[in-house]
Amino acid sequence: MEAQILHLFQWFWSLFGLWDLLWGVIEPIWPMLWILIKIVAIVAPLMIGVAYLTYAERKILAYMQVRVGPNRVGYYGLLQPIVDGVKLLFKELIVPIRSNKFLFAISPVLVLAPALAAWAVIPFSNGVVLANVNAGMLYILSMTSIGVYGVIIAGWASNSKYAFLGSMRSAAQMVSYELPMGFALVCVLMAAQSMNLTDIVNGQQSKAGLFGWYLIPLFPMFVIYFISGVAETNRAPFDMAEGESEIVAGFHVEYSGMGFALFFLGEYANMILISALTSLFFLGGWLSPFHGWPLLGAATDWIPGIVWLLGKMFFILFMFLWFRATFPRYRYDQLMRLGWKILIPFTLLWVVVVAAWMQTPLWLW
Amino acid sequence: MAEIKNYTMNLGPQHPAAHGVLRLVLELDGEVIERADPHIGLLHRATEKLAEHKTFLQSVPYMDRLDYVSMMCNEHAYVMAIEKLLGIEVPVRAEYIRVMFDEITRLLNHLLWLGAHGLDLGAQTMLFYTFREREALMDAYEAVSGARMHAAYFRPGGVYRDLPDSMPQYQASKIHNAKAVQRMNESRTGSLLDYLENFSNAFPGHVDEYETLLTDNRIWKQRTVGIGVVSPERAKALGFSGPMLRGSGVVWDLRKHQSYSVYDHLDFDIPVGVEGDCYDRYLVRIEEMRQSNRIIKQCIAWLRANPGPVMSDNHKVAPPAREGMKQNMEELIHHFKLFTEGMHVPPGEVYSAVEHPKGEFGIYLVSDGANKPYRMKIRAPGFAHLAGLDEMARGHMIADVVAIIGTQDIVFGEIDR
Repeated sequence: MEAQILHLFQWFWSLFGLWDLLWGVIEPIWPMLWILIKIVAIVAPLMIGVAYLTYAERKILAYMQVRVGPNRVGYYGLLQPIVDGVKLLFKELIVPIRSNKFLFAISPVLVLAPALAAWAVIPFSNGVVLANVNAGMLYILSMTSIGVYGVIIAGWASNSKYAFLGSMRSAAQMVSYELPMGFALVCVLMAAQSMNLTDIVNGQQSKAGLFGWYLIPLFPMFVIYFISGVAETNRAPFDMAEGESEIVAGFHVEYSGMGFALFFLGEYANMILISALTSLFFLGGWLSPFHGWPLLGAATDWIPGIVWLLGKMFFILFMFLWFRATFPRYRYDQLMRLGWKILIPFTLLWVVVVAAWMQTPLWLW
Repeated sequence: MAEIKNYTMNLGPQHPAAHGVLRLVLELDGEVIERADPHIGLLHRATEKLAEHKTFLQSVPYMDRLDYVSMMCNEHAYVMAIEKLLGIEVPVRAEYIRVMFDEITRLLNHLLWLGAHGLDLGAQTMLFYTFREREALMDAYEAVSGARMHAAYFRPGGVYRDLPDSMPQYQASKIHNAKAVQRMNESRTGSLLDYLENFSNAFPGHVDEYETLLTDNRIWKQRTVGIGVVSPERAKALGFSGPMLRGSGVVWDLRKHQSYSVYDHLDFDIPVGVEGDCYDRYLVRIEEMRQSNRIIKQCIAWLRANPGPVMSDNHKVAPPAREGMKQNMEELIHHFKLFTEGMHVPPGEVYSAVEHPKGEFGIYLVSDGANKPYRMKIRAPGFAHLAGLDEMARGHMIADVVAIIGTQDIVFGEIDR
């Protein structure tokens, strides 16, 4: 791919006879430039995805709630996310007087940056990945954990009681849900015998299509991973860090304009990330669910992997929105109880079960 | 070791769960409530004092604005007080219409409560579902009185007008084409009674829908079971009434135990709770909606069969018919006197209470024989409930305070008056 794009550049600039001059300048920095291009190629669609996820959320929620949703800006309200973005961009940034200015300014960045950085190791198809590192899963776990710092710092720096309560809740929640999430991934790690995300997906490749996915042997882990993912992203029914009706907006209650928008982007980028990870770890990533099946397998094998991946991600995202429309909000201590008394013991147990299972000939994956 | 202090937090008056203008000063130990101190008065409009300067009829619209989600029930208590002092008879048909609209009002109130309570606990979809039904009932209000909320429909001596024979229709517009409008108008082809019958047939299905979302939902139960428990003794001692009292297991409903209007001719049950927690009160109110629907159905059947006057023919109290006024000197004088000077109510004092959706709503009226009340005192159920908030919330968490405010069904119009 790199050579092809270079070739394209060469052809374009040669039209003006500037290629040799240009290449002389950029050759030393080309590897960096190439990574930058790849980052833009990931982040730009991601940001558009975030914008239209908000639109999808509002539309889907609206239809679940017997109303229409945004339908004024552009056809079917399709320009609504753009307008919202522009509005937030032009709004005044209000910094509370008694806040810690530096931390107040930096915390939205601390929320958004890890949410974007985690995408470095996400493979979009076989080999299509920014950084094909072998410790990809560890990298993901560490990046998603860093996000909580932004939330805590935001709540603390705002110097507001509501924000502080929100960030306290968020910290406790993230710490307790990292653990079942980690244990669920340990099962995946054992099954795939690799931490490389590409290898994990390829480990789910089989002649049986979707029966080869880790969803089947690790189904309880899939459920727990997804629940933890919802909790990790502070989405309903675990949204007590924002807890609109209790602590108003939680940790970002004092933020306005673009600061608020960055939190928003971070939250939705995290949602997309969790849905991508869930599909990679449990739903076979870019693999076709019908691969190897008679008739249906042959009929659908031409579909590119990215379509399957996006389809799976969209399904998971839809579940996020569906939860929001259906469930009341957990209380803070009940959430803790669910995490520590049910999810963690159960995942621990299941790690042992999977380990034992893998020693028997009954392990087919 | 550092000294650990409790801290106080303001919940409201501008807070999404403050149900209007509740200002709650919470003393917190972490997230646990040590003390909840409700501050009132931010919506005080001096209704009681205003009523002393208005004729009896002019105060009727003020009643709508007390508890602004159960308008006609407030009116009912007020007009009943005047009628008791005057000692006049109200036509039976008017009583049935009043009872029917009392129950419609109860539905309106409980639907709003359910939506708001759901929203407070994070089940935001409830609000949209309940508002769909509220919209239909608002249309009934509008058809009968011309106003969607502040109806001023109950008058001393009866009700303002008889039920309309036709419902207003939707018109085709840029947003709804003719076909869509036709579908929307399907239930509106007949009279108001047809419309309401149609609604009351469909309504139990809607209540089932709400219950599917909430009643057996584990999260909903975790959030409401065991929260804000009030024992029957404490509920009585705190002056609770309505669903708050029945949720604690006390069988007390003014419609049965101190029957007024025509409630003694109607067949309905009183649901009571067992534990006295938020979940029981939720179940009580859900069942009350079903019972109200039953009452509405009986009223519709009676009203269909029994046409008749809806206003007293005592023209010292009730205005004469419009046609008569154009022809007849005496009726013209009555009309003129009634709408300038107002009616004179014999001296005396009276207390009349109704089973308002929130509890016992009472009007205490003192008349010195003039055309205005000498003194009017409003007994608002929410006031006593709010006073019990501290007791109910102590030891719970912030999120539970929101649940308790929701379960108390607080509306500041009546508490601050």
